[in-house]
Amino acid sequence: MIALERRPQPSRAWSYLSPLLAVIVTMIVGGIVFAALGKPPVEAIRTIFWDPLFGDFASYFRPQLLVKAAPLILIAIGLSFGFRAGIWNIGAEGQYIMGALFGAGFALAFYPSEARWLIFPLMIVVGTLGGLLWAMIPGLLRVHFRTNEILVSLMLVYVADFMLDAMALGLLRNPEGMGFPGSRNLQQYPAAHNAELIANTGMHWGVIAAFFAVVAAYILLSRHVFGFNVRLAGQSPRAAAFAGVSADRMVLICMGLSGGLAGMAGMFEVAGPSGQVLASFNVGYGFTAIIVAFLGRLHPVGILLAGFLMALTYIGGELAQMNLQLPRSAIQLFQGMLLFFLLAVDVMTNFRIRLGRKKVA
Amino acid sequence: MDLSSINPLLLLASLMVASTPILLAALGELVAERAGVLNLGVEGMMITGAACGIIFSALTGNAWVGFAGAALGGLLLSFLFAVLTQVLLSNQVATGLALTLFGLGLSALLGQSFADARPPAFPKLDMPILSDLPVLGPVLFRHDGMVYVGLLLVVAVWYFLTRTRAGLILRAVGENHEAAHALGYRVVLIRFGAIMFGGACAGLGGAYISLVRVPQWTEGMTAGAGWIALAIVVFAGWKPVRLLLGAYLFGGVTVLQLNLQAAGLAIPVEYLSMSPYVATILVLVILAAGRAPGSLGKTFHASR
Amino acid sequence: MKRRTLLKTGATAAFAAALGAPLRAQNAPMKVGFVYVGPINDGGWTQHHHHSAKEMVEHFGDAVELVYQESVPEGPDAERVMTQMCLQGCQIIFTTSFGFMDPTINVAAKFPDVKFEHATGYKTADNVSVYSARFYEGRAIQGHLAGNMTESNRVGYIASVPIPEVVRGINSAFIHARKVNPDVEFKIIWIFEWLNPAKEADAAKALIEQGCDVVLQHTDSTAPHAAAKEAGGVYTFGQAADMAEFAPMPRISSIIDNWAPYYIDRVQAAMDGTWESVNTWQGIGEGMVGIGEISSAVPDDIKAEAEAMRDAIAAGDYHPFTGPLSKQDGTQFLAEGEVADDGLLAGMNFYVEGIEGDIPS
Repeated sequence: MIALERRPQPSRAWSYLSPLLAVIVTMIVGGIVFAALGKPPVEAIRTIFWDPLFGDFASYFRPQLLVKAAPLILIAIGLSFGFRAGIWNIGAEGQYIMGALFGAGFALAFYPSEARWLIFPLMIVVGTLGGLLWAMIPGLLRVHFRTNEILVSLMLVYVADFMLDAMALGLLRNPEGMGFPGSRNLQQYPAAHNAELIANTGMHWGVIAAFFAVVAAYILLSRHVFGFNVRLAGQSPRAAAFAGVSADRMVLICMGLSGGLAGMAGMFEVAGPSGQVLASFNVGYGFTAIIVAFLGRLHPVGILLAGFLMALTYIGGELAQMNLQLPRSAIQLFQGMLLFFLLAVDVMTNFRIRLGRKKVA
Repeated sequence: MDLSSINPLLLLASLMVASTPILLAALGELVAERAGVLNLGVEGMMITGAACGIIFSALTGNAWVGFAGAALGGLLLSFLFAVLTQVLLSNQVATGLALTLFGLGLSALLGQSFADARPPAFPKLDMPILSDLPVLGPVLFRHDGMVYVGLLLVVAVWYFLTRTRAGLILRAVGENHEAAHALGYRVVLIRFGAIMFGGACAGLGGAYISLVRVPQWTEGMTAGAGWIALAIVVFAGWKPVRLLLGAYLFGGVTVLQLNLQAAGLAIPVEYLSMSPYVATILVLVILAAGRAPGSLGKTFHASR
Repeated sequence: MKRRTLLKTGATAAFAAALGAPLRAQNAPMKVGFVYVGPINDGGWTQHHHHSAKEMVEHFGDAVELVYQESVPEGPDAERVMTQMCLQGCQIIFTTSFGFMDPTINVAAKFPDVKFEHATGYKTADNVSVYSARFYEGRAIQGHLAGNMTESNRVGYIASVPIPEVVRGINSAFIHARKVNPDVEFKIIWIFEWLNPAKEADAAKALIEQGCDVVLQHTDSTAPHAAAKEAGGVYTFGQAADMAEFAPMPRISSIIDNWAPYYIDRVQAAMDGTWESVNTWQGIGEGMVGIGEISSAVPDDIKAEAEAMRDAIAAGDYHPFTGPLSKQDGTQFLAEGEVADDGLLAGMNFYVEGIEGDIPS
């Protein structure tokens, strides 16, 4: 009989080792799947994990990793506070959309303005506010009506999604767009464009914000009383109450923080890499970021690494499709497997396996 | 505008058909959630069911075998979820999302050589006498078998949850797993069962889309039905009978929206489409009875 | 190249230079890239582009190498995929969705030596051509058949996304249906997607229940045919593909996308060094729009009329938009005998007189 036994202390060694183990296991199982599809397994794995970083055109792909990982990291950092405190905002996708709509809507309201010094900074503020307000709905409803924030935030994703469709087709539609849906392209609106700061580096303001968020989160969690309160609220709500931490305030702060960062990510994306408000604007970053937060074990540095790992599988996966004709579905399957293994091995951090003794489960 | 061209009886009948996939999937998720498990992977299990349904029915030429295969496919996928969340204690939200990603990839891979397959015809049950009843006949008694399987399952789940001892235990596990464990119930085992029932139902729901409603296989063809199913469970306040109402509301809005357009009514489609979700939030706020199971989404480990 | 001189050159040139010359060997096959918006087995739009691409490859044999990527989201991901293709050494890239327009223009600016072909868009550049098919020519024939075949005088139309191409198709079909049947009316349902089998099925059922006995579709799945077959006595038309498995009933004809001749032409031009940026809009005459076999369910005289119309359009003797034609509000936009020019057609965002309802916005 195999049983799990809780470790008195989370194992430090395993918390570092387990992600590595998961990646290796995924490579082996993934390789078998690729081989079964008649593709060279070693080459496929190398294309996914190695080529974007060190292959022929790594100088293009490395900056692209930043562009792809930045929104994931920014959103996941925001979510991680709430997740630690037992507050479950899973509607980041909706907050991401609202941030983009608020930011782009604000910029387009002043079209064509040349006051970049005014428009762009305010777009950041307005976009962040958009996400924050959207997240406040489940936050306030939980505080005042004890509704479940998981479910309300999820419902609001759908609402935001329909809102995006309506805006792309209606209010924000480009009047000079030949009758096609979609807003003006903010890339051609210098006052609002979130451009690359140094050419060919992938660095835009969103990437800088993501790095800043990682550092700030690290300091908050390890050095600041807020970080202590968050962890306390998650581990023992009663102890937190004794320590004078208001549970309601914690809900509002965590929802606001995560919603604001998701909104900011949406705004940077629509003003930069994406450019347009389109029905197809959102590609699931808000949901993927939840997975990134857990893969990173809710730790800022872990999230940073997990964000890059996800970005790597996206970009490497595209390369494998193009160079090896691996079907896209195989890449999706591979990503799903990687996530499963990463989630599965985390058990080793907090538990150890006991063999031989029978125990009532 | 010509609203008279909408026949309310036909509308009701189509609504029952359009709602069947989400009803089936939502019913499975309801049981899982009543046992305290939040599985966000419904979409992934549905699409896998849709693919398995096509494959099994194309290979055997029998739609019912297709449905059985779909249930099996959904069940196996949910088994994976159960192992991860119940044995390896991974977070349910993250695992469910990963399951959706995995299911979308798996189904596309499985189904890729079945894009041209046409599932066998799935006959309507023409119930003698009943189907000739005025008004009720065409609305209620001229559907295919799965519509009635869905309705029967609603009754069965209602009976199971409210009238049987096993249902009581399942609810106890969902309400407070620590207490249920202390009373000697096998929390993990019960949750395995609930999760797998959910997977099988989601598989059936997916197959209804690929075998009856469309019928053909296209990648990603469930197009978010799994997410709607999640919303319906919440809307229903975790109660089977209200679930039926919720499924008809969500399915009904789609059908109604299309019918209003055809009747020439200029409707803001997006706002109408988002209304059931807003309604769900309102229901959550207003109905105190719609309280989520106490242990929903929480990881359980029996430590001594 | 020294780092310093590199920084001095313009950003555009530096981009390609910094990454090293793309992989391109002498005498190697010419790499041809295709960027698809959907899966290659979607049974409609993408499948036909892919099919035509493979025909093109068959034509050239070893002289070309096909590189493709399916299900590419419209936005920054598309831009990265195109850049990857350029770096892999693709010399000509076809981007086959309207939403790839701005990404195509962006990437084309960075790779002036690579030729781009964007389907259904309107922005061109020195190295960007646009191409599209005159599907409205096929719609005219469908309208003619629909007007003749309907007994209830109600024709259903499943419309996809409200863009000029779709509106043009509705108008063309309506004009020709009314011509042969003054009592005919159109019931139009917008589903805001190009491919969603379940929704298409529901839309078809709604139309049939409201008395439509002909259903036209601008969406890609066969679901409406299955619904029509079940209902019995309802006529449908294949879209993108012939959908011949539903002939002779309910499918009575079809519009078939055939891009292969164009792809062969353009790749040949790229090989010969005669490629120039063009704006191509071809119809039945050039073979880009195919009219599927008119089935035995259609009486012979009507079939003959439809075929005569097809031949007249192909020969350039007849234009589906020939005046007098008025807009929905009664204002005339084409005088007696006047023929619509391409500018008017390309931006068509109004219904013609007789159609009820509004184009969603």
